[in-house]
Amino acid sequence: MHSLWLIPILPFAGFLLLTLLSGWHRSQRLTAVIGVGTVGLAAALAGLVGYDFINTPPETGVYVHTYWTWFKVGDFAPKIALHLDALSLIFILVITFVGTLIHLYSAEFMAGEDNWNYARFFSYLNLFIAMMLVLVLADNFLLLYLGWEGVGLCSYLLIGFWYRDPQNGRAARKAFIVTRIGDAAMAIGLFLLFDNLGTLDIQSAMGQAAALWPVGSALAMWTAVMLLGGAVGKSAQLPLQIWLPDAMAGPTPVSALIHAATMVTAGVYLIARTHVLFTLAPAVMTATAVIGALTLLLAGFSALTQWDIKRVLAYSTISQLGYMFLALGVGAWSAAVFHFMTHAFFKALLFLGAGVIISRLHHEHSMFKMGGLRKELPFTFWVYLIGGSALAALPLVTAGFYSKDKILADVWASPNGGAWLWAAGIVGALLTGVYTFRMIFLTFFGERQPLVQEFSPLPQPGWRMKLPLGVLAALAILAGFIETPPTLGNISLLSGFLRDVLPPLADTAISTTTQLALQGTAVIASLGGIAIAYFFVLKRPQTTARLVQTKWGAVLHHFWFNGWGFDWLDNEFIIQPFVRAAQMDKDDWVDLGPTVAAELSVMAAKAVDGWHNGRLRRYAAGVVLGAVVLLTAVILIQ
Amino acid sequence: MATIPMEHGLLLAGILFGLGTLGVLVRRNILFILLSLEIMLNAAGLAFIVAGSRWGQADGQVMFIFILAMAAAEVAVGLALVLQMHHHLKTLLVE
Repeated sequence: MHSLWLIPILPFAGFLLLTLLSGWHRSQRLTAVIGVGTVGLAAALAGLVGYDFINTPPETGVYVHTYWTWFKVGDFAPKIALHLDALSLIFILVITFVGTLIHLYSAEFMAGEDNWNYARFFSYLNLFIAMMLVLVLADNFLLLYLGWEGVGLCSYLLIGFWYRDPQNGRAARKAFIVTRIGDAAMAIGLFLLFDNLGTLDIQSAMGQAAALWPVGSALAMWTAVMLLGGAVGKSAQLPLQIWLPDAMAGPTPVSALIHAATMVTAGVYLIARTHVLFTLAPAVMTATAVIGALTLLLAGFSALTQWDIKRVLAYSTISQLGYMFLALGVGAWSAAVFHFMTHAFFKALLFLGAGVIISRLHHEHSMFKMGGLRKELPFTFWVYLIGGSALAALPLVTAGFYSKDKILADVWASPNGGAWLWAAGIVGALLTGVYTFRMIFLTFFGERQPLVQEFSPLPQPGWRMKLPLGVLAALAILAGFIETPPTLGNISLLSGFLRDVLPPLADTAISTTTQLALQGTAVIASLGGIAIAYFFVLKRPQTTARLVQTKWGAVLHHFWFNGWGFDWLDNEFIIQPFVRAAQMDKDDWVDLGPTVAAELSVMAAKAVDGWHNGRLRRYAAGVVLGAVVLLTAVILIQ
Repeated sequence: MATIPMEHGLLLAGILFGLGTLGVLVRRNILFILLSLEIMLNAAGLAFIVAGSRWGQADGQVMFIFILAMAAAEVAVGLALVLQMHHHLKTLLVE
């Protein structure tokens, strides 16, 4: 456990090496060895640390190591310190492990780039892993904020990786600015904490908050609201979800790692980490749950109408993050962490699978131009089917079923939850089934579209792509069995492991019959979704086409396709008024000073530039005139 | 021996200096500009001599020797430059 510091340092060293040696990148092999190797080592170390932690747990359940004092201002002396407990352990394991797999995949995926871009890609990706690890291991909010902004920076750099296309740059700026809004709220929350509790150390701040602030006090509410704002921005929840679909402009492994598996779950981590504060603010908890429920529904409907395979996955990510927020909002902390874990596996798998398809079809994203890929890419089809089934929560065999089932059961049982939120979750499950299998049916089944025939036979992915896909597919099935409901084995490895950090939900005892009824509904929703997708996509595509062409169908399709018009709303009511105000205010008096000074010097320059004409005799005349004037002045003044 | 009044000497020096200046300003040929410069230098030298004789001191004549030496150096460098100018530009006109 003493090698904990090496875990974030290793990827950071990889980043430094790749950046500082950027002139020497002659071979992609060396770059890949550094890029993948450092993260792989970090994953191995994380595994060792985890093994240690589980076998010989520290007495307090927490392992804290302080390295040095960051700076010291009066009494305020934030430390560079790492804090390892069950929650951060699960996060670092998922981050390093999924990170390694995606790095390995990228080594093949990005092979078409030139050496410089290849090195740039891996250095960004390594920096991201390092920052994400700092975020989840941080002992105080300041260090956490460093990691928080660091991953935001990497996200920006990687969305705009292909910077020659202005659209990508636009998407990168959008992601950066929108998440910055959330970050500003979070910073205010941290100021509030520091101002009132005098510390930014997470554990002592939480302890003091619980001791000093009564439940429902205004201060606790405001702080929790501000932290929630940060989480909503980072995790792409309503109303700041607009950046995530556009973030798909980055390379596909980036979408898999940053915009599905890890960074976007930072908000979930933040809320789980500060759950003490959130329990002091029941209204904010309810708001979190409602935001989660609304987001999962809106994103689910939007995912139904997309034609771009990556945008379907992006909306499904937003929707699944909505589930996690719903779980957090009802106090089912460990259910949210469980869903984070399974989601990281199957969503990374789906993105990587989509990456195989997209790269084989020469950067074609439209699902309507694919079709019939089942025979062309059999391995990819099977792993994609597993990932899709996990996303759609196919009963009993997939990880997604168990994590989603736990969330739904907890939502029903929690005093904060209730039937309405549960119903939203069920509708969301139905939608998930529909859009996931619509995607699978469109890409892998049916007739091969002309584009596919043109490129046929498609080259199969190499081992560096197949290995991550295979491992993730196995995890997308097996990861669910560490936590099963009372009716199906009653295993509680994960929630038991997290018990010290994240208290279990109170009053979760619901009768077996209710439990079975809830599960039955969830199963029906999931299978029903798949059946609907089968009917509308494979069996009766003409019906779907007719439905979309009816008046209301077209309106709804347009509305959902554009993400419920949030981009339009933001543009009309925030961006445009702001731009107009800026334009109106363009010539205000603040600019007067500099403008006048500039005008004056231009005038002076124009006045004298005629003298500099290269005529020697004029210069001589000037000298004579000057001498005469000076001498006259001297004589007269005497 | 009849002495020349100081005013006459200074007047001559002033006229010479004015003529030299006029030459510098109106001539376009670099050679004549240099000639005019020489006239100006000598006018200044004359002024020194007149002043020296007025006060009965040798300083004025010393200064004139300096000016002469300086003028010789100036002419040597100046004419070399004029030669180069003629060589490269095929003209001696300054404008």
